Amino acid sequence: MKKLEGKSVFAGIAIGKLAVYQKKENTVRREKVTDTEAEVKRWLAARDTAKEQLGALYDKALAEVGAANAEVFEVHQMMLDDLDYVESVENIIRTQEVCAEYAVATTGDNFSQMFAAMDDEYMQGRAADLLDISERVVGVLSGVVSGGINATEPVIILADDLAPSETVQLDKSLVLSFVTRHGSTNSHTSILARTMNIPALIGVDYTDDLEGRDAIVDGFTGELIIDPDEATAKLYADKKAQLLEKERMLLELKGKENVTLDGKKVNIYANIGSVADVAEVLKNDAGGIGLFRSEFLYLESDTYPTEDEQFRAYKTVAENMAGKKVIIRTLDIGADKQVDYFELAHEDNPAMGYRAIRICLDRVDIFKTQLRALYRASYYGNIAIMFPMIISVDEVRKIKSIVEEVKVELTGQDISYGEVELGIMIETPAAVWMSEELAHEVDFFSIGTNDLTQYTLAIDRQNPALDNICDTHHPAILKAIRTTVENGHKGGAWVGICGELGADTSLTEEFLRMGVDELSVSPSRVLAVRDAVRRTDLSK
Amino acid sequence: MKEFTYVIQDPMGIHARPAGQFVKEAGSFADTSVTIGRGGKEVDAKRILGVMSLGVKQGEEVTIKCDGPDEDAAAERLEAFLKENM
Repeated sequence: MKKLEGKSVFAGIAIGKLAVYQKKENTVRREKVTDTEAEVKRWLAARDTAKEQLGALYDKALAEVGAANAEVFEVHQMMLDDLDYVESVENIIRTQEVCAEYAVATTGDNFSQMFAAMDDEYMQGRAADLLDISERVVGVLSGVVSGGINATEPVIILADDLAPSETVQLDKSLVLSFVTRHGSTNSHTSILARTMNIPALIGVDYTDDLEGRDAIVDGFTGELIIDPDEATAKLYADKKAQLLEKERMLLELKGKENVTLDGKKVNIYANIGSVADVAEVLKNDAGGIGLFRSEFLYLESDTYPTEDEQFRAYKTVAENMAGKKVIIRTLDIGADKQVDYFELAHEDNPAMGYRAIRICLDRVDIFKTQLRALYRASYYGNIAIMFPMIISVDEVRKIKSIVEEVKVELTGQDISYGEVELGIMIETPAAVWMSEELAHEVDFFSIGTNDLTQYTLAIDRQNPALDNICDTHHPAILKAIRTTVENGHKGGAWVGICGELGADTSLTEEFLRMGVDELSVSPSRVLAVRDAVRRTDLSK
Repeated sequence: MKEFTYVIQDPMGIHARPAGQFVKEAGSFADTSVTIGRGGKEVDAKRILGVMSLGVKQGEEVTIKCDGPDEDAAAERLEAFLKENM
């Protein structure tokens, strides 16, 4: 038994035989030709064939792995049409009087080097695209058959790295996992593995003599285990069976209602932190987004994100969710989330400091920019806005008057916006105590159990020395949630939970009995919570 | 000749796919020459590899020049395209 370490780009376990991917070998020779115009014609015909192949690959990729993975082939077609590329090939043929294979390979190398030399990681990655399209044309010209794997049963594929055109030509039903020497978490192979939902490792320095050997890919630890001993094989077979069972159970729950055995329904939404997370939300069948943390817009930027930048992000999510509710939380920086350009002063106790809504109500220009972006985006979907770290009715009234100003401005500028529900996070003991009064001011509450726990128990979340006394099921927390739900309903506000406790299935029944209207959990927990709801019987 | 500038908003800069779409738009004005430039380097806006080779990142300003019989329509369409997509 031998173990090789790599980096996992997608979790999961694969058990099977190894197959080494054979690159197609095109040795291009610089051969002189006399009839250069005939050679140009050969090149143009080969290019047309290559473009047809790319069109077919596009269709295949679209059907098998979706538009995001397919688009690359459209770009490849355009590259083959590029006049710089075309002129380079034809110049080489005509001036050097050489064969089309050589002209194409040289052109591909030149452009590839140009991209490899750029100071932008993304553009450097495009060097591989130029080689890929050039190899395709050379393949057509020389009639060499494509490379691939030698397998009749599903295998774990070992490769240096795989080009988009190589992965799409693989028979997906024969692929258990990808293990590559090179590549990055954003390389095409990694993206494809995630789309196909199979484990994949990168950075594994394997030897070429592994063809046909038994192996295990552990996508949790990043290990490739070759020739596993009996005990290891058994351990992983069990692990894999458990995973499959869980997956099967959860898949069966897709499309099912969140309803208890006695007919009580609840909304299960998902928490996300970026636009890209929406894919996971949809995949796991969440009924909406219960917490969209807008901080990423600020954290990923070197300066204040503009209204248009924010608008585009919110609009994209709202449109992708197609009418399902998207609750966006306004800026919640400060405390453990620091952004340089805000130039916040150092604080001894930042968790209780200048953060979240306190910054927004102090620096209204920043707040208004975000509100304008949110309202503009609300025209394209079902957006709700919630405000973090609320401690008083007065704060909520100030917020609402700023919201009114923003709406008046937009109306004055003839900019459309939709109906927007306004809500607040209940994450301070003050908000719990004031929940009855607060409920009259807003459409909904969302209980942020992480901060509520820290503030109620006076236990710093960041201090691991306190983990042993931090009881997340402390009766004070459960009482605070119960009070919030009762008072919320009394005042006409619906109540959700968006903290980690919402995903704790040992509490699902209790939350339902309290009358919680919505649970918002990480996308991967949506179906597990649905399962818990569907097993609950409140009549007993 | 019509000329305008635009600051790229897309976090990825002018990456492959929008570059391709932009080139297609520019190419639809066959009789009008269109260039895109950044910081002294100027390329034919109808050629995808050239446009990508500019390596324009988020926050950088590009200058578009349209010259020919359809220059007004081209400038208008391309400006709208950039605002919408980049």
